[in-house]
Amino acid sequence: MSAIEVTRTAGRTAVRLARPRASMILRPRLVLTCAGLAAATFLVLCYCLATGDYPLGLGEVIPALWGGGDQGTVLIVRTLRLPRALIGLLAGAAFGMSGAVFQTLTRNPLASPDMIGITQGAGTAVVAGIVLGVGAGLGTQTLGLGGALLTALLIYALAWNRGTTGFRIVLVGIGVNWVFVGATQYLIVKAKVYQAQQAVGWLVGNLNGRGWESVRPLAIALAVLVPVMLLLSPWLRSLQFGDQVAGGLGVPVQRARLALLCAAVGLVAFATAAAGPVAFVALAAPQIALRLAGTPRPPLTASALCGALIVLGCDLTAQRLFADLELPVGVVTGVLGAPFLLWLLVRANRSGTGG
Amino acid sequence: MTEEIRPPVLAKTAPAPPADDLPPGIPAGRPRVRRPVVLAAMTALLLLLCLLSLAVGSRQIPLGQVLSALTGPHDGEVGAIVWDVRVPRTLLGVLAGAALGVGGAVMQALTRNPLADPGLLGVSAGAAFALMLSIGVAGVSSFYGYVWFAFGGALAASAAVYVLSGLGRGGQTPIKLALAGIAVTFMLESITRGVSLVDPQVLNRYRFWSSGSLTGQDTSTLLQVLPFLATGGLLALALAPALNNLALGDDVAASLGRRLRLIRVQGVAAVVLLTGAAVAVAGPILFVGLVVPHAVRALTGPDQRWLLPLTAVLAPCLLLAADIAGRVVARPQEIDVGIVAAFLGAPFFIALVRRRRLAEP
Repeated sequence: MSAIEVTRTAGRTAVRLARPRASMILRPRLVLTCAGLAAATFLVLCYCLATGDYPLGLGEVIPALWGGGDQGTVLIVRTLRLPRALIGLLAGAAFGMSGAVFQTLTRNPLASPDMIGITQGAGTAVVAGIVLGVGAGLGTQTLGLGGALLTALLIYALAWNRGTTGFRIVLVGIGVNWVFVGATQYLIVKAKVYQAQQAVGWLVGNLNGRGWESVRPLAIALAVLVPVMLLLSPWLRSLQFGDQVAGGLGVPVQRARLALLCAAVGLVAFATAAAGPVAFVALAAPQIALRLAGTPRPPLTASALCGALIVLGCDLTAQRLFADLELPVGVVTGVLGAPFLLWLLVRANRSGTGG
Repeated sequence: MTEEIRPPVLAKTAPAPPADDLPPGIPAGRPRVRRPVVLAAMTALLLLLCLLSLAVGSRQIPLGQVLSALTGPHDGEVGAIVWDVRVPRTLLGVLAGAALGVGGAVMQALTRNPLADPGLLGVSAGAAFALMLSIGVAGVSSFYGYVWFAFGGALAASAAVYVLSGLGRGGQTPIKLALAGIAVTFMLESITRGVSLVDPQVLNRYRFWSSGSLTGQDTSTLLQVLPFLATGGLLALALAPALNNLALGDDVAASLGRRLRLIRVQGVAAVVLLTGAAVAVAGPILFVGLVVPHAVRALTGPDQRWLLPLTAVLAPCLLLAADIAGRVVARPQEIDVGIVAAFLGAPFFIALVRRRRLAEP
């Protein structure tokens, strides 16, 4: 037996290594999609850093990242532009990846963390801070993080009744979501108009005026959680077939689901804390990635890249096209992301990928 | 009502005890509550809540006086309060609740998705968008003007969703319908939010509309939307057996002789008429339509021929109870019905889905 064995069955190329014992299906389209998304994200990132009220050449931007060049350029790049771009990048990636996990675990394309209450919990905590002054000293970041994590804990605890299922989590999530939407709505109606405006501005998802203090926790969270998620992805692959099949394949269903949910909730909580619940990204990014890559379920890496590209690109659009309005990124994600998703839906050519 | 119910389609080939309404593979839990009993109990509850809704308010009027005002002439202070304020409010609660509940149940069946709410086709986002346009651009300021703008927006948005989801080589599938709906919803919502962030006046109107309220409509407006609600309701009820077949999957439904395109057109029309009219007059209280069908399903099983009527009775109960509670809790102020419904309904709902073995829609 050779070290590498390549077989073609049913139009797919499978590669099997003798040592270490591993096998995989080659998905050229997925690899191409990831590469394309990564390249596009990188270009948008460069564009974010180089343009603005004070345009810079790439030759000035890149040294300035490491503190080279004149003082003004370094200030603009490292203090003003880089943190904002990084938050867009990292938060988008986190939303995209956690959305992919939620959609796969619940086997429901609508089950993004916004639909089952996790980001709503964060929203209620932050709006309470703005309107009532509850824990306002903690800042929106801590409040949002705490709100999201506590809500996720609440949903899981309420959905637990001698074990749980993806479906039960979705249903309990709907109920919990409902309560927090109601609470947020109540606070907004009770608020003064300027408070309501501030609250709605956060609830839409906003990168205006974010600095390094928002980047650091998010970056650390991603550095820990993304590798964990990739390690857990074989379990995810089995769980997409449902609890019984996954159990038959030897997956410890309850523990695997808990681990995956913890990682996904962590991602979405830190991203929400930094950028607010940017609408639509967690839901659309996995669905867009799935259709671009032609895979049967949302691919993790491509979803993350897609989310990053959406948030970064939409923030750039908001900054450049509507510069005097200071439009938050969450307003633009829906306006730009939705037509793209619609276009992908309309031109779907296979029933498997067209959904 | 019971005479209209024909035996289940599957029972012709395989007679089965009532507990076997669940799809195969899901073991039956405790024996189901008998459905006629549930229907009777819920109807009684609804009537009781209607009476309460007429009797309770910021001004306390004894029930006897309320009843005599209802049966007697329209004059006098009590008569004016009852006929001009409380009757329209109660009627609106019943109509909007039933419409949103049935709309949600049909939407969940059409998309086979438990997360589908009656606004999934872009209905409420379209209504809000049109409302924003009417306030911000056209300068409409009367409630009467809002209603028709909102209804028109709802119709336009959902028509767009329906057409978009049917384009492309795959044709229409439940997932495409749901995803197209949510994409259009997010797009319109984003624009509405963007405008409301820039224009505080729009935000101010929008935030009050969007929390949902049963006040502010007079009987004549209700009578004008009633034909739409009635048409939508009839379309939905007539669709129930077909929706039962659709639950088995598109292929099975087609092989049982159902015409999928017809089912979808009829279902979408029903949802849009019901939800569009309800959202236009009462605001987007969509969670009622998302949650009540699940609650009914957990109580009496997934048979649409029972699910739709039971939802039409239970959803108004929730809305009226929430409205009454909202009047009492913060007297003399009131809390909007959408908000109270969440706090009142969600604990029940969560307890229900925790307790039962669940059948997916």
